[in-house]
Amino acid sequence: MLDPTPNGLHSGESPLLQTVGLTKRYGDFLANDSIDIDIWPKEIHALLGENGAGKSTLVKAIYGLIQPSAGEIRWQGDRIVLSGPSEARSRGIGMVFQHFSLFDNLTVAENVALGLDGKESFKDMSARLEQVSKTYGLPLDPRREVWQLSVGERQRIEIVRALMQDPKFLILDEPTAVLTPQEADQLFIVLERLKAEGRAILYISHKLEEVKRLCDTATILRGGKKIQTCNPGLETAASLARMMVGGEIKEVKAAAGRQTTIPRLVVNDLSLAPDEAHGVRLEHISFELKGGEILGIAGVAGNGQDELFAALSGERLSKDPGTVVIEGIAAGHLSITKRRKLGAAFVPEERLGHGTAPRMKLSENALLTGHAASGMVNHGFIDTAATLKTVDKATETFDVRKAKRDPEAASLSGGNLQKFIVGREILRNPAVLVVSQPTWGVDAGAAAVIRQALLDLATAGAAVLVTSQDLDELAEIADRIAVMFHGRLSEPLATRDATREKLGLLMGGSSLEPKEAAHAVGA
Amino acid sequence: MQLVLEKRAERSNTIALVSPLIAIGLTIVTMTILFAILGKNPLLALQAYFIAPLTDGYSLQEIAVKATPLVMIAIGLSLCYLANAWNIGAEGQFLIGAVAGSWIAVKTQGTDAGAWVLPAMLVLAAAAGALYALIPAICKVKFGASEILTSLMLVYVADLLLDYLVRGPWRDPNGFNFPTTAEFDPVATVPLLIEGGRLHLGSIIALLVVAAAAILLGRTIKGFEIRVVGAAPRAARFGGFNANQLIILTFAVSGALAGLAGIIEVAGPVGHLQPGISPGYGFTAIIVAFLGRLNQIGILIAGLFLALTFIGGEQAQIAMKIPLDVTKVFQGILLFYVLACDSLILYRFKLVFPNRQVARGAG
Repeated sequence: MLDPTPNGLHSGESPLLQTVGLTKRYGDFLANDSIDIDIWPKEIHALLGENGAGKSTLVKAIYGLIQPSAGEIRWQGDRIVLSGPSEARSRGIGMVFQHFSLFDNLTVAENVALGLDGKESFKDMSARLEQVSKTYGLPLDPRREVWQLSVGERQRIEIVRALMQDPKFLILDEPTAVLTPQEADQLFIVLERLKAEGRAILYISHKLEEVKRLCDTATILRGGKKIQTCNPGLETAASLARMMVGGEIKEVKAAAGRQTTIPRLVVNDLSLAPDEAHGVRLEHISFELKGGEILGIAGVAGNGQDELFAALSGERLSKDPGTVVIEGIAAGHLSITKRRKLGAAFVPEERLGHGTAPRMKLSENALLTGHAASGMVNHGFIDTAATLKTVDKATETFDVRKAKRDPEAASLSGGNLQKFIVGREILRNPAVLVVSQPTWGVDAGAAAVIRQALLDLATAGAAVLVTSQDLDELAEIADRIAVMFHGRLSEPLATRDATREKLGLLMGGSSLEPKEAAHAVGA
Repeated sequence: MQLVLEKRAERSNTIALVSPLIAIGLTIVTMTILFAILGKNPLLALQAYFIAPLTDGYSLQEIAVKATPLVMIAIGLSLCYLANAWNIGAEGQFLIGAVAGSWIAVKTQGTDAGAWVLPAMLVLAAAAGALYALIPAICKVKFGASEILTSLMLVYVADLLLDYLVRGPWRDPNGFNFPTTAEFDPVATVPLLIEGGRLHLGSIIALLVVAAAAILLGRTIKGFEIRVVGAAPRAARFGGFNANQLIILTFAVSGALAGLAGIIEVAGPVGHLQPGISPGYGFTAIIVAFLGRLNQIGILIAGLFLALTFIGGEQAQIAMKIPLDVTKVFQGILLFYVLACDSLILYRFKLVFPNRQVARGAG
C-alpha cells in the first residue's frame, strides 16, 4: 500500500492512531475485514464508502462502542483495548455523530454538561463552553433551549462538546449532511483550524467534491474491506466513486423533449399548525406542479418537509379542501386512501415503520398502499395472488434482490427495500408521486435505478415532487427547485439557474432580492 | 464467555411454534419443584393434574365445557391485542353479558314464551358485552385514558351489579334466601349435544367463532388492518387505516364475544344466575390468548389445555389435598414463561467469547 501523504512530516514519528488487521464479525457476516488504517497528527483523513461498506463499524470500534473480533487498535504506538466511549474520550478520542443526542427541552449548557465526564462546577463549565465556542468561531448561547436552535446550531453543540475535552483525534460522521453549503464552508474553516493545532480528524462522508477539497488522505472501504488509501486531491470524483462502488455507475438520463401538461398537483396557501410540541408550522405554501414535471424541494432537515409530506399525503388533514388539489379535485380534507384513489402515490422518508410494516411480508406491504386502488381487495377479501403479482413485478422491473419470493420487509437491505417501495407505487401508474428522500442511505446502484424510475415516470406524464437534502440529486433529476425554510417554501428556481450559492442562501433563510439574484448569476 | 441475546434477521417460525411448548415444559419443571416444597409427590400430583382428567369421558366433556368460554373470550381478546388495544376487562364483559341475557330469562320465567327466548338472550348478551367494552374504548379514544386500567376497574363494577341483582330484585323467592335466580326455563337454556352429558351447543358456537376469526384475520382487509395497526402504527396510518376506529371495533367485538360466553355459561352448565359463575374465565383467557400465540388454532389448543388445568386442579384437590389456588399459581407461572419464551422468536441466544486475538496480534 502506498504511503498516502509523503510530505516528510511523518518520518521518525508513529501515527497517532492505527488499526492493524481490525476485524469485526457479526455471525457469518464480516462487517470489517482486516482493516489497516494510519492516522497522523495534523491530518484530515476521509473515510469513504457506500452504505454497508463498514465505515460505521470501523469508527464504532475506534470510539470503543464495539469490541473488534480480531486485530488491534494502537494509540500513539501502544496497543489499547477500549472498555467504552468514556475511555476513548479520556484518551483524547472525540466523536460527533450524524444523529445528534440532545435533549430538546434542556439548554445548550445542560446538554453539554450531560455529555461530559468531568467534575467541574456547572458555572465553570458554562464559562468554558462560551470560551471554546468563541475561540473556534462556533457561536452558541449556553442558556438557550435546544428546540429553539437550527440543525446547524445543534451540530455546533455536539462539536463544542467534543472540543471541550480537548481531543487529539476527532471523528466526524457525515457532518455536512444536515448543513447548507454556506454552513458547510464555515465548518471547513473550523476543521482546518483544528488541523493546524495539530489534531487529527477522521471525516466520514460520501460527498466526493467535499473530500477532495478538505481532506489530505482518503481511505476507501467496500464490502467491509479496505480498497485503497490515496490522496483525494490527486483523484477525480469519478475515480473515487469507482473505488467506492467497484465499477461504473449507470448514468441517469432524462428523456429528451419532455412536455409538461396540465397541473396535476396544486397547493394553495397551505398553512398548518404543528401537531407535536416542537414541530414546524407550515406557512402559506403554494406551488403548482404539472404532468411531466419534477419539482425538487431542498432544505435543511426539520424545516417543515415532514409536515408538508403529511399534509400532501393526507396523514394530516386540512380544514380547507382547496389547499391541496389533486387532478383538479379539492383534496385537502380527504384521507390518504381517497387521495390514492384520485391517482396520487406517496413514498415517505422512513422505509421501515412508515413506508412498510417491518415484520410483514412484502406482499402484505404491497397491500398496505395498494388496497385503495389496485384491485387487491374484493368485497373485503384480500386477493393474495394480486398482492404477490405486485411483488413479482416490482422485483423484476426494479431489480429487487431478496432471499426468497416473499420475505419480510425488514430482511431486505435499504437499497432493495427502497426499490421495492418506489416500485410498488410506480406500478400503480400514479398521476402524482410525492416522494421524500428517495435515495437516503441507499447504495449508488440502487440510487441510480430509483432516480431513473422517477425520470421515466415524469416522462410518462406524471407530476413528481421530490424532497431531498442532496442538492446533487435534485440538480440531476428536478426541472425546478424550491427551498423550504422555517415552514415556508421559496419560489421555485429553474434548475439551471439554481446555483449552490443561491440554494444555500435560501436554505439559510435569506431571500433572493432581485439585485442579489442577479449578482449570484454573475458569480 | 458471556450469553447475549442477538436479534434475528427474520422472525423464526419454528420458534413461534415451539415457544409455547418450551413454556409449558418450564412451567411443569417449576411446578414439580413447587409440589416437592409442598411435601406432595410431584409425579402423583402431575398425574392428577394432567393425565387423570384425560382418562374418563366425563372429565373430557368437562374440559370441553370449560374450554368453551375460554376460547370464545380469548379469540376476542386476540383481536384487541393484535391491534395493540389492551382489553383486560373481559371478566367484566362476561358478567355483564350473563346479567343482560339473564334479564330475558328472568322476565319470561314461567310464561309461555316460545323458542325466541334463547336467541334473544344470546343477542342481548353480546350487545351488552360490546357496549360495556365500549366504555373503556371510548375513554381511550376521546380522552386518552389507559384502557388497561379502565377496563380492569369495570370488572368490579360488573361483579357488584350481578351481586346486587341476585341478592335483590332477581332473587329466587323459593331459593331459601340463597343469592341466586330461579332455575331457567327450558326455552332459556342452551341445549345439550348429548342427552345426559355435559357438552352443549356453546362448544359448537365457540368453534364457529374460531373459524370466523381465522377468516377475518387471514383473508380480509379488516383483519389486515387489525394486524398492521398493532405491528406498525405509523405504517398503518400511512396505509390509510384509522387506529382509533380499530380500538373501538376490536373492543366491541371482544366485548360481544365475552358477553356471549357469559350467557352461554349461565344458560348452559350453570342453569341460573348467581355470584361466582366464573372462576376467572376473563382473566385466564388472557393467558389462553398469549399461550395460543394470538393465533386461532393456537387459542383452541391453549383453551383446552388451560381447561385441563382447571379440571386437574379440582381432581388434585380431591385426591391429594393440594389447594385449588395452586391452579392459579400454575396459570400465572405459565403466562410468565410464555411471554419470556416469546422473545426467542425475534432474538436468539448466543455465546460470545471475548477476543483473545488482540493480545496475540501485538507482535
